[in-house]
Amino acid sequence: MYRLTGVTKRYRRGDETVDALSGVDLVIEGGSQLVIQGPAGGGKTTLLQMLGGLDRPTEGSVELDGTDLARLPEPRLTRIRSESIGFVFRTVNLIPALTALENVETALVPLGLAAAQRRQQAAEALESVGLAEHRDGLPGELSGGQRQRVAVARALVKRPKVLLADEPTGDLDEDARDEVMSLLEGLWRAHGLTFVVVTHDSAIARRAPRLATVRKGRVAVRERGPAR
Amino acid sequence: MFFTYLRRELRCHAKAALAVALGLALGIGLVITVSSVASGMRQAQGRVLQSRYGLGTDLTVTKAATPPTRGSTPTFDFAGQSGSSARGDDLVTVQGSRSLDASVVSAVTGQSGVADAAGGLSLRVVKADRRFTQGQARQGGDATGVINGQHGFGGYGGVTAGQSGGGTAGQGGGSRFDADDYRAYGVDVSRPDIGPLTSARITSGTGFSAAQADGRVAVVDSGYARRNNLAVGRSFTVSGSTFKIIGVAAASADPAAEVYLPLHQAQALANATGKVSTVYVRATDAQHIGTARSAIQKNIPGTDVTTSAELAAAVSGSLTTAANLATNAGRWLSLAALAVAFLAAGLSTSSAVGRRVREFGTLRTLGWSSGRVVRQVMGEALVNALVGGALGIALGLAAAYAVSCVSPTLTAQVADAPGSGGLDQGGKAVGDVLHIALTAPVSAATLAVAVALAVGGGLVAGGCGGWRAARLRPADALRPADALRPAA
Repeated sequence: MYRLTGVTKRYRRGDETVDALSGVDLVIEGGSQLVIQGPAGGGKTTLLQMLGGLDRPTEGSVELDGTDLARLPEPRLTRIRSESIGFVFRTVNLIPALTALENVETALVPLGLAAAQRRQQAAEALESVGLAEHRDGLPGELSGGQRQRVAVARALVKRPKVLLADEPTGDLDEDARDEVMSLLEGLWRAHGLTFVVVTHDSAIARRAPRLATVRKGRVAVRERGPAR
Repeated sequence: MFFTYLRRELRCHAKAALAVALGLALGIGLVITVSSVASGMRQAQGRVLQSRYGLGTDLTVTKAATPPTRGSTPTFDFAGQSGSSARGDDLVTVQGSRSLDASVVSAVTGQSGVADAAGGLSLRVVKADRRFTQGQARQGGDATGVINGQHGFGGYGGVTAGQSGGGTAGQGGGSRFDADDYRAYGVDVSRPDIGPLTSARITSGTGFSAAQADGRVAVVDSGYARRNNLAVGRSFTVSGSTFKIIGVAAASADPAAEVYLPLHQAQALANATGKVSTVYVRATDAQHIGTARSAIQKNIPGTDVTTSAELAAAVSGSLTTAANLATNAGRWLSLAALAVAFLAAGLSTSSAVGRRVREFGTLRTLGWSSGRVVRQVMGEALVNALVGGALGIALGLAAAYAVSCVSPTLTAQVADAPGSGGLDQGGKAVGDVLHIALTAPVSAATLAVAVALAVGGGLVAGGCGGWRAARLRPADALRPADALRPAA
């Protein structure tokens, strides 16, 4: 469960200081789904980075299961990211030189697993997203939808508690977008993850049980119905 | 995963990796080439000097130079009989007409920093072969006088006398004078481990033994032996004394002498009993050469002390010019090339990290520690550098081999052995011009330096890239380029 209390993140633009997030209070229950929407530059990605321990707030606390990510030293934060948090990015961010299987394996490297075990788990993750036959393909040889599915497999291969997705369908065509969102929602339901997704897609937002709108650094949450 | 990632990354960016490796290869290849050529030149200088001064000589002591006095030039005493033909009145002189009392040897041995010393006597032998023919008067015959003089070295022509119309005609007398000029060296046979003969390799027969101090025996240089049809077991004569050849020494670029004799015999031939021309000194160790030099100069007046470094400086000619070029310009050129290669490798790796910010940021979000990312960058740079090092070694070996194959000929002019005189107008010692083929030997130490440079290059390049990678924050790495920066 996430508990954000008075989270403020200040950035500098030239001589000017801008609050990307301003006094945000937010609770995200474990196993729930939260869809975050808002205008560009409103603070959506900053909020996601706070949740993922990729950045620290200027003020306030970001607690994950009672641990304040804002106060943790970098090695412990890195460890939490490696064990508990999965990321899916809009730009996919696969390593171009590595095959699909090896890209998935990169998420298991920090866990210190043996190479054979890494390969087996990565292969299973690829199979779960329907890409078993593309395991040896390089990212450049895959379609946009396939690349994003590899990224999903990479995020979920370590069985994280949290899945954070930053506009995962932003660069995909309509068919691929539906395919990837169905996959993510299916996995969320199957694995009982806490699933936070930033999106501009109104279709996704309409389906979300809980919607947070981030505007000028402030967050407004609207409950839509049951978590699942 | 480390090696898989490394291999795939290098393969994926093979051209960029090869460019960095080639830059390092050029620098390392240049270092190997310059080092090997410089080493070849040092060896050539060493060969020239060793043939003159022997192995293990750290210092030489000679009588302090004084300007030659008028009338001191040695002359032949021609007491030939009319019509006679004679051999054997050889002119044997101490080279440079400068000699020291042999007691100096023991005085030098007792000085601080001196481990051992031995004296030697350098001689110049002019073997004269002269014939005189007296002028003769002839009766009758043709009316033309005959020029009958033959000119030889140091001789003068015959006399022409002629009368017309028959009667008595005078036929001029004449002289024929041939000279064989060579160097002989008196060796202290009780000290076989120091002096010029130590660098000579006996190819036939034996060297001197301590028991032969007063023996009429000789070792000859193989070149001289060949020219004069000499061999072990044969004898030859110097100034009326017959010497048996007991050994032939391999021809060197510039032997100290053509004939080596026991010191006592050499002294007797030159009428220089109890004299030496040069004292060869071995210091207790390299650090004490200066101490020994100072002690000798201070305690034994009237002597010139020359160190091995100064002996090396006595070599001039294109060999020295090229050696200086290799040592100075070559060293700086290769250092500059290396610095540029290192800088290029560092900037290239740093730039590659810049291009891969998103990739490394992604790895950080996946839980890769900063250290693991840095190790990956360092590993790639190191492998790149090692490839460059291997190429550089191949390049350097090829260049060194090419130099050895072409083997350019350099000239070296070596000052005559200390104490042998031979001063030019500026008072500088002069000697024979030698032609030396240059080689470029590559030593294990040079290869070790090349490997060290490759590793160093890799560490520099990896350090630059790793430093940049270590400073990456995952959020910054994933943020769009035009995004805001965190407030301080």
